[in-house]
Amino acid sequence: MTKPENPKGVELSSKQMKEGDVIVNKWDPRVKYAWATGEAISRFLEEMKNGKLIARKCDSCKRILFPPRMFCEECFKPTTEWVYIKDTGKIETYSISYLDKDARRITDPIFVGVVSIDGASEKMGIMHYFDETTKEEISIGMPVKAVWKPPEEREGAITDIKYFRPLKEGEE
Amino acid sequence: MRKVCVLGGGMTIFRRRLQETGKEMSYEATKMALEEAGLELKDVDSVVMGSAPDAFDGIHMKGENLLDGAGGAGKPYLRVFVGGGTAVFTPIAGWWHIASGMADVCLVVAEEKMSSVFPHPQSAFGHIWDPILDRPLKPNLVWIFAMEMNRYMTVHGIKKEDIARVAVKNKRNALDHPCAQLAANLTIDDVLNSEMMAWPVQRLDISPPSDGASAMILASEEVAKKLTDDLVYLDGAGWCIDSTMWTDRDLYFPEYVAGAAKMAYKMAKIENPRKEIDVAEPYDPFDYKELHHMEGLLLCDKGEAPILTREGVTERDGDLPVCPSGGLLGVGNPIAATMGIKACEIYWQLAGKAGKRQVPNDPQVGICQAWGDLMQYGSVLIMRRG
Repeated sequence: MTKPENPKGVELSSKQMKEGDVIVNKWDPRVKYAWATGEAISRFLEEMKNGKLIARKCDSCKRILFPPRMFCEECFKPTTEWVYIKDTGKIETYSISYLDKDARRITDPIFVGVVSIDGASEKMGIMHYFDETTKEEISIGMPVKAVWKPPEEREGAITDIKYFRPLKEGEE
Repeated sequence: MRKVCVLGGGMTIFRRRLQETGKEMSYEATKMALEEAGLELKDVDSVVMGSAPDAFDGIHMKGENLLDGAGGAGKPYLRVFVGGGTAVFTPIAGWWHIASGMADVCLVVAEEKMSSVFPHPQSAFGHIWDPILDRPLKPNLVWIFAMEMNRYMTVHGIKKEDIARVAVKNKRNALDHPCAQLAANLTIDDVLNSEMMAWPVQRLDISPPSDGASAMILASEEVAKKLTDDLVYLDGAGWCIDSTMWTDRDLYFPEYVAGAAKMAYKMAKIENPRKEIDVAEPYDPFDYKELHHMEGLLLCDKGEAPILTREGVTERDGDLPVCPSGGLLGVGNPIAATMGIKACEIYWQLAGKAGKRQVPNDPQVGICQAWGDLMQYGSVLIMRRG
């Protein structure tokens, strides 16, 4: 006796769907959202316009929290201080993606990953793109620096940084 | 707290696209579970439904939509959802209905229909990311796995071929599963030469999106003893979630899975999981996740899972069979409905009902685990033969 026994379910092919052999009902949702960015992230985005990264300090555990938040999720106390951090850091992990956001194949791959930022507590970072490097060169632990859009093109968004590139020797 | 037993399980086939609605699939799985338990819907005191993001079905209040197929009409009914962790969290929610004394028989149903959304389920996954920090970067969910896999491989110096062994094993195990979507006899080279999706993730490292449903019948020990002599107990349950700030933690080890596992081991009075667990079904949506989760479940040391896999320990006839069902990699990944190859499979293995999939080590204790949200959630369930 093997369980499950006689499992049901009728598989459909793409052809059956496309040629209308089966009845399907379609609906195209049209909704828009206006998200509040909140106290901490609003200031963070304002500083992005100035080409700066800012964090919040927790007086209780002394961590420099980045991305910034108005409360520390570990101590569960309000954070107390704004702290400017650098726009350099190191690659914690990365991927080289041949998929776009809808899983469509792309030929020019996206270099993406997590970068921890210098001046914040250990491992505190953001997801972002990498460029000016190659599949062969990029590595975990590589020091990197933000490449900002020109000031007039910044709009207070995570994409005000175009990408992170390898830090050059002697550069800070 | 009352003791809880499993009396039956059921599941539909898992496929990319099924003709049946979510409600109809839920009905099929529920009927099978009731038949195995030798019960009828009138014997059921409460119903727990598990299903993942509403965005897949395109029906908000999906729990209510699925209600009738899950046998919930006119009964205490609720829907639970903890991302991919729903597959193992749903029976945990059923367990507390009975353990608390609120119900004697609880029907647990899990459903997912991922094929309704166009152009691809990935388009719906896009809505789980933070709208301000992450979404402007146009992320794909595969990135999460790619970033985590790379970190895991780099910290421990693991080769891709040692991860590919998991895909080969699970897809081969799935040849013996009647519901399987992607069962295959493959070689490590097949995996290593498959299409590059998001380095280091390749086509054959990934489980497929699927439609499907599964169901389980849970009962109090008192009720179960009247119906069968072969009792399988839910012996330990645990769940744990880490902070939403996923870019602030080291992805090489799933601390939250370890947190959930410790909670379950404590309840099941298991002190040495490596020795006491006979069969395991960790969540394997990607091949490296099986290894990552074996370590999170404390079934081996950090970085040791690929070595055990290479040595054959995790094969169906090994010392610790892992994913004997064929897992998500081989049977398919209808998110919540993978309960059928995690919790149901452990039940069938311990009850000796797994047929060609049966592990030969006469298992007494089994564990299953699921994983979800933004690399932050773990649910763990331990079962023991009476």
